[in-house]
Amino acid sequence: MTKILNVRNLEKSYSSGSKQLTVLHDISFDVEEKQTFAIVGPSGSGKTTLLGLCAGLDRPGKGSIELCGTELSSLSEDERAVLRNQKVGFVFQDFQLLPTLTALENVAVPLELQGAKNASEVAKGLLEKVGLGGRFDHYPSQLSGGEQQRVAVARAFSNQPSILFADEPTGNLDAETGEKVIELLFDLNREAGTTLVIVTHDLDLAKMTQRILRLKGGKIIDTHEQH
Amino acid sequence: MWLMKMAWRDGKASGRKLILFMASIVLGIAAVVSIQSFGENLKDNIALQSKAMMGADYKIDLDKAPTEEVLSIIDSLGGARAREIGFTSMAAFPGNDGTKLVQVRGIEGGFPFYGELETVPPEAAQTYQEEGKALVDATLMRQLGLNPGDSIKIGEVTLPIAGALRSIPGSNSFFSSVAPPTVLPYGFIEETGLIQTGSRISYDYYFTAQPGTDLEQLDEVLDPRLDNLEADLDTHTSTSERLGRRYDNFGKFLNLVAFVALLLGCVGIASAINIYIKGKLKAVAVLKCLGATRKQTFMIYLLQIAGMGLLGGIIGTIAGLFLQQLFPLLLGDLLPVDIEMTFKIQIILLGILLGVFMAVLFALVPLIGTLYVSPLQALRVQTGGNKKKGKAELAVLGGIFLFILLFSYWLLQDWRYSLAFVLGIVVTFAILAGIARLFMKVIRENFPTGWGFPARQSLQNLFRPQNQTLTLVLAIGVGTFLISTLYFTKDVLLAEASLDAQTDSPNMILLDVQAGQEKEVEQVIKNSGNPVLDDIPIVTMRVQNINGRTVNQMREDSTSGINRWVLNHEFRVTYRDSLTSSEVLSSGDWISQVDNTNLIPISVSDNFAEDALVGVGDRISFNVQGVVMNTEVRSIRTVDWSQMQPNFSIVFPKGVLEGAPQFRVITTKVPGEAASAALQQELVRLFPNVSILDLRQIITVIEDLLNKIAWLINFMAFFSILTGIIVLLGAVRTSKFQRIKESVLLRTIGARSNQILKILALEYFYLGALGTLSGILLSLISSQLLAWLLFDTAFVPSIFPFLVLFPAITLLVMFIGLTNSISVIKSPPLVVLRKESY
Repeated sequence: MTKILNVRNLEKSYSSGSKQLTVLHDISFDVEEKQTFAIVGPSGSGKTTLLGLCAGLDRPGKGSIELCGTELSSLSEDERAVLRNQKVGFVFQDFQLLPTLTALENVAVPLELQGAKNASEVAKGLLEKVGLGGRFDHYPSQLSGGEQQRVAVARAFSNQPSILFADEPTGNLDAETGEKVIELLFDLNREAGTTLVIVTHDLDLAKMTQRILRLKGGKIIDTHEQH
Repeated sequence: MWLMKMAWRDGKASGRKLILFMASIVLGIAAVVSIQSFGENLKDNIALQSKAMMGADYKIDLDKAPTEEVLSIIDSLGGARAREIGFTSMAAFPGNDGTKLVQVRGIEGGFPFYGELETVPPEAAQTYQEEGKALVDATLMRQLGLNPGDSIKIGEVTLPIAGALRSIPGSNSFFSSVAPPTVLPYGFIEETGLIQTGSRISYDYYFTAQPGTDLEQLDEVLDPRLDNLEADLDTHTSTSERLGRRYDNFGKFLNLVAFVALLLGCVGIASAINIYIKGKLKAVAVLKCLGATRKQTFMIYLLQIAGMGLLGGIIGTIAGLFLQQLFPLLLGDLLPVDIEMTFKIQIILLGILLGVFMAVLFALVPLIGTLYVSPLQALRVQTGGNKKKGKAELAVLGGIFLFILLFSYWLLQDWRYSLAFVLGIVVTFAILAGIARLFMKVIRENFPTGWGFPARQSLQNLFRPQNQTLTLVLAIGVGTFLISTLYFTKDVLLAEASLDAQTDSPNMILLDVQAGQEKEVEQVIKNSGNPVLDDIPIVTMRVQNINGRTVNQMREDSTSGINRWVLNHEFRVTYRDSLTSSEVLSSGDWISQVDNTNLIPISVSDNFAEDALVGVGDRISFNVQGVVMNTEVRSIRTVDWSQMQPNFSIVFPKGVLEGAPQFRVITTKVPGEAASAALQQELVRLFPNVSILDLRQIITVIEDLLNKIAWLINFMAFFSILTGIIVLLGAVRTSKFQRIKESVLLRTIGARSNQILKILALEYFYLGALGTLSGILLSLISSQLLAWLLFDTAFVPSIFPFLVLFPAITLLVMFIGLTNSISVIKSPPLVVLRKESY
């Protein structure tokens, strides 16, 4: 199988006052195309930072990340943004919809960034698919948490990404709504053939994926395949 | 295209906030545009009506009877089409008790050739010359209850009044209110008997030019020749340009006041955009996650702000163009011409571009923040600060400073003044910002823990995260500072002119008292029960040479640096043995008396010494009515010209000029208007050649003038206050959501509505009081500096700003703050908790 994400000897530090705080130590792993992959660990273990680096949201201190065949450290911030726009989808814990845009506009944004002419039609189709056909013109503040996350899922798939990163996608939802959103996420993922990388501390959710990577104190303590 | 779409979508949802930001600059733009446009219109109208103001194409004027050479130049120009002799004199009105100092204009010929001699009845303007009648200023006739057919007596001549004079080219309204114009046929001037030694008489010859005549060239050719003959050629264009320049200076000052209003609005924009962008940073991070580039996210908000600036510029420009229509009403007869308002495309463009540019420039500092937002922030990961951001912000601040400097240079056309203005702005803003920061620091370090909960909570609100303390103190402080500085300055100016402040000063000055008349005049004054304060001899003379160089040599030498007035002026010189109360010796020795006239030791005023480039030991020769007197400067005096008493540039010692042809100035102090009128009447009856200056009346005229100017200045300063209020509104509304959240929290844990109201009221009271008080105290310092450096006088601040401005502005701040926070108290907690902040 082709590797869509290849991480080697990754290290990341932040300066905190006069001290350097290392949040990730010597991380190496890879993710295959169309695989579902979970990063789990307790709070402060560095899993969200790892997700951000894998998606090209920041540069690592040391090591290399190859995403969709492109070495990220050789790209500028804007080049990484273009790569994200073409190949990457995101689902955030706190939904992160743009509050001044309607549900439809939120879903259309990634396509509009690509210059797609049919952004609105595609966005409508996706919203209908996630069960929000009647809520096109609603602003995020007019939607419930579960509805907002469904809009976010529709947005994540709108640019037909090769890989989708989800950061605690159920973290802000009750159990029942969370289950529904996860079901939707996995269904759409299967349908579109997208690679799915989920950061979570919910072991039940992690168990739904094909591979799990455990982090603790910024280090990998375990990776294993699930069958 | 997508950028425009995003900017529009996002802006639409934040519309209310953006409209408020826009309003911050609307008033500033309106103020700048109205002043600019009015100034341009005034200049154009003066230029258009220049012929009507002079009444001719050009004129030759001189202040002594023309010599043969001057007359031959006049002949060479084809002869004057009209001539005039003018002087000031007392006029009496037989059958009426009134007397009045008037500007007598004896006219021969068809003057004016342009413009109108407006009279009531209209035909009086055509007939007064052939009928041998006078035209008397309409206001004066109304004041004294005179009618056509009554008589006027000037000197030895009594003439019937043909009609009321409403306007005549060449009379300005300010001088007219001191000495109203009275027109006589030229032939009667000699008969008045007032053309005598010492009288200030002007001779004017009016010309019309053939079409196509190059007046500028004529001026260049003839003026130097006439200059040597102590005459002057004025064309209608040069006169109007001079007049335009005079109004230009006033316009520049008003422009600065308007510019300050605009800057204040920009500070409001910067602060409001700062909060606005802070609320958008999360969205920026998300957009970056979705693949938007740095430039794209930056441009979304830049476009919004530029759009807001454009709209603000358009609305401000339209408001400004309408506002300028008010200025003629405010200024009234201070304007030299009737103004026809037009809309100029360059002013419209200026207003619109200024709106876009100022909005973008001042929003850049917070906007730069979007460039450096890490997309990681969308994942709740905090990243460190960015050094590049700091550098970019510094560059933008440098740009702002440069722009203000360049714009003020464009307004003032003088680097020193522009730099001083920018430094003044920076210092004022820095002091106010310093006061706000110091206040917060002092409170934080000495927090009154013993106070009740509402008082403590409201104090804490002043330094909460994203607080608006600095912006509000700046906005309120600058507005108050402007208003109260203007108020104090007006105070200083009026105190300067006021007679009450100088109780020993004369309030009536008798000019042109002929030699030999003084004893009788003094007797009349004493008989009326009033004191004779001064009896000052005056001898007229002109500079003949300075340190061996003749006046003509100096005139021809363009590098001499000597001010022209020194060379052309007919000096009125006195002699005495002591200094007066308005003089201080600044260098040299005071010589009180001399016996020989070989080299006479004289004293000159410091401004004369500066303009004539002379110091102690330099030699000046004077032509005293044909006799040359050689003098040496032996002392220099600092003269307080603002003292309402006769002051002199040149003073001779006793023992030299006693035998020279001379006249006298006598001063007295008369209590009350009735006594003054009675004495004037008596003096005019007995000594028709004596002119009387009633200082009380002149001061009323000055006060009236200052009041009108103060009105206009207050009107412009009002823009600053209004802008301050809008900035305040913006700041209150921007932080409203935060307040709502806090109050909901407080209410959830049991705070009552009136407690929350009290917290908010106290918070706005602190802000209002701090801003207003800082502004007033700063204005005390600036007014003191102005009084010392510019007006050279003592400054006693009036209590008005403290009694009225302080409570009024503080209450206004509280009112605006509270009315905009009502929803804070009324909002149900659930609604608030569900609402997005941005």
